[in-house]
Amino acid sequence: MSLTLQFIPYQEIENLSSLGRIRKLLNIVKEKKIVLLEGRLKKEEEAELIKTTMEEINQDFKGIELAVIYPGTQNLDFVRKLRVQFINALLGDRQGLTIVGPASIIKEIKKDPNRIQLLTLEPSKRQSGKKR
Amino acid sequence: MLSVMKKFVNKVFRNLFRKKSVLKIGLYGPPNGGKTTLANRICMDWLGEEMGVASPIEHETREVQVKEQINIKSGNREISFSLVDTPGIATKIDYENFVRKGLSEDEAKQRAKEATKGVIDAIKWLDNMDVVIVVLDATRDPYSQVNITIIGNLAARDIPVLIVGNKVDIRKADVKKIKAAFPQYDVLGISAKKGTSIEEFYEALFVLAG
Repeated sequence: MSLTLQFIPYQEIENLSSLGRIRKLLNIVKEKKIVLLEGRLKKEEEAELIKTTMEEINQDFKGIELAVIYPGTQNLDFVRKLRVQFINALLGDRQGLTIVGPASIIKEIKKDPNRIQLLTLEPSKRQSGKKR
Repeated sequence: MLSVMKKFVNKVFRNLFRKKSVLKIGLYGPPNGGKTTLANRICMDWLGEEMGVASPIEHETREVQVKEQINIKSGNREISFSLVDTPGIATKIDYENFVRKGLSEDEAKQRAKEATKGVIDAIKWLDNMDVVIVVLDATRDPYSQVNITIIGNLAARDIPVLIVGNKVDIRKADVKKIKAAFPQYDVLGISAKKGTSIEEFYEALFVLAG
């Protein structure tokens, strides 16, 4: 069984309303695909995404796994911190990467500042949602 | 510039509102972090009664619980507030997890249904909070997106936050990791169950809400 990763450039969601952005992400995730979104949602939209996910949970759709990677300024010297902050201000929500996938496929997304690990369920157990 | 002005206006309005009504302190966090155990600890210490039922099975709290008129005193200082214990916020809920923990299929499905509603209510209640204590399980990875989303939403609403790393009585608890994950916030290690550092917790609450 293969995993499908769908990349969405930021320009595809740039002009959508918050509801439109959430709908677009959830529709793809419900097709059992993992979304790689260029950039990130607004904080309020992330909360709204969780809320909408909860409204739509049923026997087939168990929810989502979500992770956002964003260039931080921790452990940087003053000049580099200033440079990163300037780039962040310039690019806004275009910076970073958002990963959203169905909970029936992704068991867990482990994240620390330097790496991201996507742990999936065994293909044979994806239907029942049983964990490895 | 606009967001700075928005934050300023929000703050002014919140402070005006706070003087007229009772301060609401919310307990937020992922499931099984110990929110209800901490709520019970606060209520037992200051009211002599518990607030809710804590359980090792996730999503025991599935409705927002409010305990009104809690007065905390320390020397000449006193704060009065309503404590709001919220259901744990999660991005997925699978009834089969509850079945694996011993619930019947019907009970598990009902619990899952109520839990999803609980998450929605918890998010809706964010706008009603004056101060929030984010309760994290110090034995778990703090970099989960749920934690980041909760704290980010509180920051976006300009709500004062204290992060509590709970369960420090368990050996693998790592409060330093929580501090590293959220360096811009005050993080306090406690054990709500055993009462470890609970006095420091009340002190921090005075600073945050007083």
